[in-house]
Amino acid sequence: MAGARKVIPGFRLTLGYTLFYLSLLVLIPLAALVLKTTQLSWSEFVATITDPVVVAAYQLTFGAAALAAIVNGLFGLIVAWVLVREPFPGRRYFDALIDFPFALPTAVAGITFSNLYLTDGWIGGFGDHAVTFLNGLAGHFGHPNALSAGALSWLDFPYSNTNTGIVIVLIFVGFPFVVRSVQPVLQEWDPQYEQAAYSLGASGATTFRRVIFPEIFPAWLSGVALAFARAIGEYGSVIFIASNIPGKSQIVPLQIVTKLDEFEPAQATAIGVVLLFFSLLILLGINGIETWSRRRSQAAV
Amino acid sequence: MRISGLKTGFAVALTGFVALAAGGWKYAEGAQSVTLLNVSYDATREFYQSINDAFAADYLKKTGTQVTIQQSHGGSGKQALSVVNGLQADVVTLGLAWDIDAIERAGLLKHGWQAKFPDNSAPYTSTIAFLVRKGNPKHIHDWKDLLQPGVQVIAANPKSSGAARWVFLGLWGAVGGAKTYDLSTKEGLAASITDGNAAKDFPIYKNAAALAAVTALYKHVPVLDTGGRGATVTFAQKQIGDVLVNWENELYLATDEFGKDKFDIVYPSTSVLAEPPVAVVDSIVDKKGTRAVATAYLDYLYTPDAQDLAAQYHYRPRNIDIYKKYETTLPPVKLFTVDQAFGGWPRTQKTFFADGGVFDQIYKPTK
Repeated sequence: MAGARKVIPGFRLTLGYTLFYLSLLVLIPLAALVLKTTQLSWSEFVATITDPVVVAAYQLTFGAAALAAIVNGLFGLIVAWVLVREPFPGRRYFDALIDFPFALPTAVAGITFSNLYLTDGWIGGFGDHAVTFLNGLAGHFGHPNALSAGALSWLDFPYSNTNTGIVIVLIFVGFPFVVRSVQPVLQEWDPQYEQAAYSLGASGATTFRRVIFPEIFPAWLSGVALAFARAIGEYGSVIFIASNIPGKSQIVPLQIVTKLDEFEPAQATAIGVVLLFFSLLILLGINGIETWSRRRSQAAV
Repeated sequence: MRISGLKTGFAVALTGFVALAAGGWKYAEGAQSVTLLNVSYDATREFYQSINDAFAADYLKKTGTQVTIQQSHGGSGKQALSVVNGLQADVVTLGLAWDIDAIERAGLLKHGWQAKFPDNSAPYTSTIAFLVRKGNPKHIHDWKDLLQPGVQVIAANPKSSGAARWVFLGLWGAVGGAKTYDLSTKEGLAASITDGNAAKDFPIYKNAAALAAVTALYKHVPVLDTGGRGATVTFAQKQIGDVLVNWENELYLATDEFGKDKFDIVYPSTSVLAEPPVAVVDSIVDKKGTRAVATAYLDYLYTPDAQDLAAQYHYRPRNIDIYKKYETTLPPVKLFTVDQAFGGWPRTQKTFFADGGVFDQIYKPTK
């Protein structure tokens, strides 16, 4: 190692800069966050973070984020596969569209989704709108009431102000992560391995499960983890579509804002610290799985 | 050649900049222009836009000074917190006295701020009323009607919204039988203040019927917005719920914005006198040297012109002569005040809205 050529000149300088930069942006704010909670006594801290309303908020935040991450994991993988492997007209435009949730301010996503899924919104009342439209059409042929009013109500999706609505916006904001993590790995994937599997008699499903998926698994998992982490922190879009009822549909960030409204900044940071702790734990866990699977696949090669 | 050209450019730019800076400096030194920041709550947005123009014109005429007033709006509690956290507000015009008390506790305001201006430092008042869909299909006429089965009520979260706290107190006081006054008369107002000062204990806090009513009310609330304006949007624009309970002026705004043919305003038989107070933020005006203008700005709110403007924006003017002009649109309601019925904000806040208070109890998940 002693004779190894340095790639970046001025190692000490660059390392010092990196540490300084990280401290300024990440470590010092985190330390300040933890420090602020020391204004509370231990029992106050425990009382704050175990308050049933706050616990319900943790459950909702992590539950909705996990659900959204799972959906994104499944459909993000499909989308990435199609974009890389199945050429179709306009593919590049769809490819560019993937990044849209990154660029769009989440508040815009919030009001858009919340209006779409209202009882009489485009999607929220789709079945009812369809009945009105079809009856109007049938009216020209003398059957203005061809369909009864609630005939297509199974096509209504009134998810505004429900927790399902929360999951929907979280899917939206986390969607690009999985696609963008998996895409480059798929692009570099050499189809000869999969052709070898076929020629050895493996079915398509087996090939995907045993040959392709292990290769993209680490990238896919980190995409899911990013989507999950993003969903936990999401505030802007969620408060628009959630009904914000304490103990039922309040997310943790809203709890934090509420505590600040009550002029209780120390309690707000206490809740923040717990959120941080769990997020770190989950990300560490996912990182662990990723490392383990990478090692395993390298060992197999 | 090129380098000298660059230098010349630099020199010209620098001279220009210095000249500009000096000019700006001189402009400020001559006190020809002052900028004030008014930190207010949701429902006053439109009202203060008009007040600011009127005051600036008036002040320019009287003193030759150009005043520009910037406004900031949001949930009342959140706005108070922003000021505590360093928002440089010359004046605050918030939804309830408790929020200005919070700024006082942070040391930015001197104790006794509420006595600095007439009428509890509340130049205009409001009350809480109902907005229903046209024709009042659910027959909502009074507070108890909100609790009928199948009625969806839109109200904001009292933890973050001033309006929502008045709603809470309005229901509690009405069901608990708070003594009411005709506050559109001088005698009524005087009697309410005398009674408020004389009261020693407030049995209304122990009223079981009021507690039951408030507990039932929030079971009828499908969406709990963080601010009063958000609640208006939920009811009027998103078409959720059967009745909106909010500031009186906010109900008029909803009918003006979204169509008079869509909604009816309903007044309950009794309600709460909502007193949104104003204050000069001592530490900030002293630092910026804007105390005189800031005080003049708030004094202006008590002038007949401003009182008339307040009434046009559906606030109840304190000036009784001007109120009489608008009596048809701001009908007299039997009102009780927080001071007289509940013994003031600190007590109200502690019992109802603080951590672990009545509101938190309502939403304790039961398992």
